[in-house]
Amino acid sequence: MSATAAALTALKARFPQATDRPSADHPAIDVPAGDLVAALRFLRDEAGFDFLCDVTAIDWAAGASPRFTVVYHLYATATHDYVRVAAGCTGADDAPVAPSVVGLWPAADWHERECYDMFGIAFAGHPDLRRILMWDGYPYHPLRKEFPLAGIPTDLPGLDVQAETGTHLIAAPMAGGPFVTSPGEINLHEAEPRAKDESWNERRPKTE
Amino acid sequence: MATELSVPDASAKIAAAAQAGGEHEFSSEKMSLSMGPSHPSTHGVLRLQMEIDGENLTKCDPVVGYLHRGDEKIAENMTYNQFVPYTDRLDYLAPLANNMAYAIAVEKLAGLKVPPRCEAIRVITAEMARISSHLMGLGAFGLDVGGWTVLVLSLNQREGLYKLFEELTGARFTTSYTRIGGVSRDIPEGWLGRVGQFCDQFEPVLEEILSLLTRNKIFLDRTVGVGVISKEDAIAYGITGPNLRGSGIALDLRKDKPYSGYEQYEFDVPVGTKGDSYDRYLVRGEEMRQSVRIIRQVIKTMPGGEWYAADAKRIFAPRKDKVLTSMEELIQNFMLVTEGPQMPAGEVYFEAENPKGVLGFYVVSKGGGVPWRLKIRSPSFCNLSILPKITVGCLISDVVTLLGSLDFVMGECDR
Repeated sequence: MSATAAALTALKARFPQATDRPSADHPAIDVPAGDLVAALRFLRDEAGFDFLCDVTAIDWAAGASPRFTVVYHLYATATHDYVRVAAGCTGADDAPVAPSVVGLWPAADWHERECYDMFGIAFAGHPDLRRILMWDGYPYHPLRKEFPLAGIPTDLPGLDVQAETGTHLIAAPMAGGPFVTSPGEINLHEAEPRAKDESWNERRPKTE
Repeated sequence: MATELSVPDASAKIAAAAQAGGEHEFSSEKMSLSMGPSHPSTHGVLRLQMEIDGENLTKCDPVVGYLHRGDEKIAENMTYNQFVPYTDRLDYLAPLANNMAYAIAVEKLAGLKVPPRCEAIRVITAEMARISSHLMGLGAFGLDVGGWTVLVLSLNQREGLYKLFEELTGARFTTSYTRIGGVSRDIPEGWLGRVGQFCDQFEPVLEEILSLLTRNKIFLDRTVGVGVISKEDAIAYGITGPNLRGSGIALDLRKDKPYSGYEQYEFDVPVGTKGDSYDRYLVRGEEMRQSVRIIRQVIKTMPGGEWYAADAKRIFAPRKDKVLTSMEELIQNFMLVTEGPQMPAGEVYFEAENPKGVLGFYVVSKGGGVPWRLKIRSPSFCNLSILPKITVGCLISDVVTLLGSLDFVMGECDR
């Protein structure tokens, strides 16, 4: 662990704006977005963190500044240490920008596409920035905090299929939680299991 | 000699001619071919958008996301223990290993230390999950190259494992076995003995399964030299698991960053030499032998005592009989059910060596009962990202064996 600490000290000497990031496990550091690529290159080439585990982003919800943070987890294959590097995105709240590190690790290609897909973060310099999990032309970024868990009704990707079948994406039937159905919208007499003989139930006469 | 077998080198000629910039005898009109998402050899709902020149691939664009369920969004809306069943559905061929990785990640956040018996139970279940996952991987791989027998034998063995899983967890497939701070129940009476019996009968069958492929002429023709991943590429693309070790890099988190008491057990980390499909197959075969070795050691040294952390009471629901008879526990149970166990603020990243590769969980908590952000670093997603690089120049039929040798699961890739 001390080797990682030494690497981060050297990194802070090189990039004075870098600051320690509070962390419960691995050493972590915050760098400004402008220094991100250079800092990651330093960690890769001079500190031995040659394996990019993961690239992800966090949405701190509307009003936070910066609203989006990109987080990189690096692993040193020789010393078996992890380090976490985070950078706040620049740009407007609805159009965050971060530098791309595909040039350092090709592994970042799909990770950054996923971040773009889920958060709408534009990675400057990415060679092929398009959606990866959702389909091309999907209008939302689902992991943003304002996106509801149930989803938002949208058109399906095949408009011709949609025109013919009349199908479209509808929001999941839940209100506020995964297993909460909204009261009052369904007829409980229809939905709840009842005894087979309901002749006693005056409110719901037998159908036959 | 097996090593002399190689793909017909039409692709090399095409590449050479393309570099020279001239026409050549092989050049033809390029065609695009979409393989999947419902295709038997893409092992799930992977779609490959390929550009082919005759039988040779000139471009390959994997299209993923057909099984995207928004697990990370769902995780932000439920308590930590409620998410355990969702981890089953990541790599659904090794749910026990996923359960364990997730539990350890959240335990790190909560600062919990689980007792040795719980760690040993988790190790034995994770290794059984590894065997069951590799059995399915090998069986499907055999099927891809036309060997039906491998699948029959390996599914038969996997059934034995599923019977043991069912006895332990109550479910064959979606086990949801771990809880934050422990496991959902102790191992049943005599279960370890039955695991030992399974290992005894499994070892000769494993050798039989491997003997069907290891020196099989057709299998060698289809896999040796196909889909070579170099050491540098493997690191650069974030390849993990047997696919990384097949390329000759001896990285295994069970050895390098031991978790859950793996440092107590002796096992070897097999590595390949060339990084082709055949090496990846050999690594998986050897890993199953090593898993049996670990399981035997766990059976021999299974510690007694508690199987959940004593200080996990604020996370575990209290005992049911206490809930029904005691006011304190009733209130605690009510709070746990309505608000979820309260976690400290902070962020942790934990990776576990799963059958398919390194499964990572990045948990960001602002305190409270639900995570603010939970990112799943899935090995299949990263392992597939190298496809555009290694498929160029392959024959279409080689892509089939290449996919089989990568052994991915789309449930985990798409999340």
